[in-house]
Amino acid sequence: MDKVKTLEDLKRLREEALEKRKVKTASGQTQVIVGMGTVGIAAGARETLKAILDYIEQNNLSDILVRQTGNIGLDSFEPIVQVIIGENPKVTYGRVTPDAARRIMKEHVLNGQVVKEYKIEG
Amino acid sequence: MRELALHLLDIAHNSVSARARNITITVIEDVQADRLRLAVEDDGCGMDAETVQRVVDPFVTSRTTRSVGLGIPLLKAAAEACDGSLKISSQPGIGTRIDIDFQHSHIDRMPLGDVAETILTLVIGCPDVHWRLVYQYGEGVFEFDDAPIKETLDGIPLTEPSVLGYLRALIRDGIDQIQVTADAI
Repeated sequence: MDKVKTLEDLKRLREEALEKRKVKTASGQTQVIVGMGTVGIAAGARETLKAILDYIEQNNLSDILVRQTGNIGLDSFEPIVQVIIGENPKVTYGRVTPDAARRIMKEHVLNGQVVKEYKIEG
Repeated sequence: MRELALHLLDIAHNSVSARARNITITVIEDVQADRLRLAVEDDGCGMDAETVQRVVDPFVTSRTTRSVGLGIPLLKAAAEACDGSLKISSQPGIGTRIDIDFQHSHIDRMPLGDVAETILTLVIGCPDVHWRLVYQYGEGVFEFDDAPIKETLDGIPLTEPSVLGYLRALIRDGIDQIQVTADAI
């Protein structure tokens, strides 16, 4: 893939993205939220987020909202990742290593299957 | 934390919590003077003198009306162990600037680590903030400003796959370039 560097190239990417949006059917917003409090960062949350972003880029997934949140009080379960798909209830995952993040992207975000192994109940 | 870049990520989030609209991260590797200087500057809500004290020293037993974490005290200790220091200047309603410096070649100085990944994480994860990076290595300077990029994208999210690739390459290559140039001299 050509590495784009200039703002001109970026403008082209924008046009392509706009075209993609026209054909996409409305299916509810997917949100992936990664905990980035001090404890999360120390536990490796930056690498977890990187795995998620790499997955999005490699699999060409548009329209996934990726956000950060601070400490949510589950220190011993960091890194934390939360997934919200459309109107479904938020699912909170704990101890999400980069490998776990890839599984969550593939099985939950793409295929709608919650990854029970990492899910935090309650 | 095993990288200074992770400490920068942590501190930058404090700025986001302080509702900053503009945050600038500065990294200066002054190899000639043997100093490594980091700074995070924001235009958030700022802190009064008492709060600055508490932020730097959480072991003072005073009323804790706001949350206090260990990010800054740990970074301060790391700097002081490397013949360095951590200083905070802040004004309520104006903003905060944190300056951390180290002896660059100090044997205990933890690696700078992946600054590019830290910046990318911040730009993508906190898209409502205007992010700037100034990275200086010797005589070379790389400046990243996400404003022209967001303006060009005009509503297309930064998490659009092709845009992710663009951003990552832009930041990584920018930092690599000045290091390659400096080392070649």
